[in-house]
Amino acid sequence: MTTLTTPVGAAPARGASPRRRAERRRRIIALAFVLPALLLLGALVVHPVLFSVGRSFFDASGSRFVGGENYAEMFRDPATLTAIRNSAIWVVVAPTLLTGLGLILAVLVEKVRWATAFKLLLFMPMAVSFLAAGIIFRLAYEEDPDKGVLNAAVVGVHDAFKESSSYPTARAREGQGLDRAPDGSYRTTGAVSPGDTVTLGFVGVPPADVPAGAKPAAPVRAGAGELGGAVYLDFTPGGGGRPGVVDAAERGLPGMTVEAERDGRAVATATTAADGSFRFGELAAGSYTVRLPAANFAPPYEGVSWLGPALVTPAIIGAYLWIWTGFAMVLIGAGLSSLPRDALEAARMDGASEWQVFRRITVPLLAPVLTVVFVTLVINVMKVFDLIYIIAPGPVQEDATVLATQMWLVSFGGGNNQGLGSALGVLLLLLVIPAMVFNVRRFRRSQS
Amino acid sequence: MMTRRRMTMAGCCALALALGATACGGGPVSAGGGSKEFGGQTLSVAGVWSGAEQKNFQKVLDAFTEKTGAKTQYVSTGDNVSTVVGSKIEGGNAPDVVMVPQVGVLQQFAKKNWLTPLSATTQKAVGANYAPVWKEYGSVGGKLYGLYFKAAHKSTVWYSPEAFEQAGVKPPKTYEEMLRTAQAVSDSGLPAFAVAGEDGWTLTDWFENVYLSQAGPEKYDRLAKHEIPWTDATVVKALTTLGKLFADKKLIAGGQKGALSTDFPGSVEKVFGPEPEAGMVYEGDFVAGVAKDQFGRKIGEEARFFPFPAVTGGKAPVVSGGDAAVVLKDGRNQKAATAFLEFLATPEAAAVWARAGGFLSPNKKLDLASYGDDTLRETAKSLITAGDSVRFDMSDQAPAAFGGTKGMGEWKILQDFLRDPSDPAATAARLEAAAAKAYKG
Repeated sequence: MTTLTTPVGAAPARGASPRRRAERRRRIIALAFVLPALLLLGALVVHPVLFSVGRSFFDASGSRFVGGENYAEMFRDPATLTAIRNSAIWVVVAPTLLTGLGLILAVLVEKVRWATAFKLLLFMPMAVSFLAAGIIFRLAYEEDPDKGVLNAAVVGVHDAFKESSSYPTARAREGQGLDRAPDGSYRTTGAVSPGDTVTLGFVGVPPADVPAGAKPAAPVRAGAGELGGAVYLDFTPGGGGRPGVVDAAERGLPGMTVEAERDGRAVATATTAADGSFRFGELAAGSYTVRLPAANFAPPYEGVSWLGPALVTPAIIGAYLWIWTGFAMVLIGAGLSSLPRDALEAARMDGASEWQVFRRITVPLLAPVLTVVFVTLVINVMKVFDLIYIIAPGPVQEDATVLATQMWLVSFGGGNNQGLGSALGVLLLLLVIPAMVFNVRRFRRSQS
Repeated sequence: MMTRRRMTMAGCCALALALGATACGGGPVSAGGGSKEFGGQTLSVAGVWSGAEQKNFQKVLDAFTEKTGAKTQYVSTGDNVSTVVGSKIEGGNAPDVVMVPQVGVLQQFAKKNWLTPLSATTQKAVGANYAPVWKEYGSVGGKLYGLYFKAAHKSTVWYSPEAFEQAGVKPPKTYEEMLRTAQAVSDSGLPAFAVAGEDGWTLTDWFENVYLSQAGPEKYDRLAKHEIPWTDATVVKALTTLGKLFADKKLIAGGQKGALSTDFPGSVEKVFGPEPEAGMVYEGDFVAGVAKDQFGRKIGEEARFFPFPAVTGGKAPVVSGGDAAVVLKDGRNQKAATAFLEFLATPEAAAVWARAGGFLSPNKKLDLASYGDDTLRETAKSLITAGDSVRFDMSDQAPAAFGGTKGMGEWKILQDFLRDPSDPAATAARLEAAAAKAYKG
């Protein structure tokens, strides 16, 4: 390309015809060499860009000129605004993290014994296609702990410290004397007093969740000054049970914590026996409420919703980091190895700590390399598409969308509005251009 | 109708991505006798079927070869029929017959003037053997182009008999009864429904069944054509009805959040997998295929269905879809193609595939005894007796941006509705906004 822009020599003097001919021949040869590249660039870059710009002024069918309507429509659509916001997050977060991680790893790798093996390992994800990486992370982020490895780990750690409740799915039968409080605990609707027998029926417990030792429910007959009863599974397998009544085939729910409450304060606590029975002895006369604390019914910890609307973009950026860290590290590592060692040594001799060496010498000297890595990644991040398309599940696709996916969705993925899609493409181009210009100028400077 | 396409998508969205578009392969050329009517001619047929379906369709093709002597060649187009067929026409290599999987595609083909109307004989056969609704869905601009050969039944609720027995309930007859049944199943400790909320299309099917039953076929047709807005009172009412089920956390396996991260095969697994997590799953007849092939359930014994129950005041809905055979103008063997469609319109051709299984025919004349198993027979009977009240999947008739795109339009809005079903009117308003945009484009 530069061949073309170089001046073709001063206007040759008249009569210097051999020189002129040689000049012309040189020009033709230069042109012949450049032509294939020019043609390719023209066909593959310039033409599509111009065509897209033109197309963005036409409607979906491409037959009606609509002026700036597509651009107005684009900014009216909340999905585009989400895409712009997400793209901004990507551009700011991903290259910064990657450059930082790459720098740290490159410096650290220099100090370990198996540097090459380590580098190789970190570089390996680069060899995995985005599609495959997307599928891997889609599975890893799966919410069900039985499927997603990340949630399996999170739930495993959580459950190691906190025991889960025994009847997470149980709920009281409606309208049978038990009220559910907002915190998940249950209280008897009416007041009870010593001498009463209360039966508390629950449903929704899978047969497998009822402890093997559970016996048919048998409410305790309360004596004087006592409050007794049973917590039982108010469901007859195969149907036919009467709601609110302890039927023959209905079993007690052992191990349930039951409290007797008076004036909002627990005065006695009991745990149900194998037949679901419980008893509070020696209660003063008066009216009480029987309460089943929420801890009995706490739902199991379900892990982190990685692919929910809130975390989906960070989760996908995580997958992107996995792929590109190796690249950043290798590039920065190359820059690091060409640093003048004597500067580092001199600083160390003068008593600088490793941190000071890193902060004051390594990083400033590496700045050009870091900038190249950063800018390259910015351009790269702008066009990220496959990871988002694959990792984000249908319901959160719109929450994870970036400009590139939005452009595709609008023009081919169902919207079939290539006019609007082109407008999005032009916007993407406009946003990439500053980074491009910056890179080209840096490149020129480093050449001169 | 997108059954197959959806099955592939559901099977593994990413795999489908990788393979779907490129899955074009030529089928084997069957040997033909030389002496009969079309001896020496090779009829090429294109369709979306692959795998077991392709094998079974080949049996139908072989029967045709035996009858007429024409050799046949089947070409699987993969998911994107219109693109593949379009490029084949442009390349001067058009197939003679295409099995079109969606009404929208049939209309698109007819509008591009690619199709030859059905012959008088086939038209007569359709008039005599099919409910008029099938003729309607095969016609564009008053001309009959498509012959529906294979149908799908999308108003079947599949349940695990074991779970029903445990809960002591029987298959319900009305929607309200179904909610009570669901309550009883959930009381027994098993969440009632597995809802595949991650796949938006299952939610559109839920809505369509409720709407067809509650608002009736006329309104359904008008809504499908977007002649009435989605803000219509009937839509809000249907959403409210559906919301009664979707809002009840204990009726849905995993609650709303769990449903939104369950895809279609996952929802079948929740009911028919090794560790049941739900008692019922609603989707079309193809649930049986997944339950049988992936989880080894015996259909009819370990996996049964009941027709999607009627919502109070309405008739039980039958939402359907199908593959229509069309003759391309640019095909080289017009006569053989016409004869092939005449053959497909006969009960004889339908019986070939019916015996092999995984097939429903909208042909009234087909003897129900031809079906391979009882469950299939029951579904077929329900489809035939529904007669003219059968309606095609509404979302398949809508522009793809509204009714057929992951993360957009109706799919996305109904997913949001599943997440929070508290405001049906707002959901209807959002649906209308999305529909207005998509139908305009």
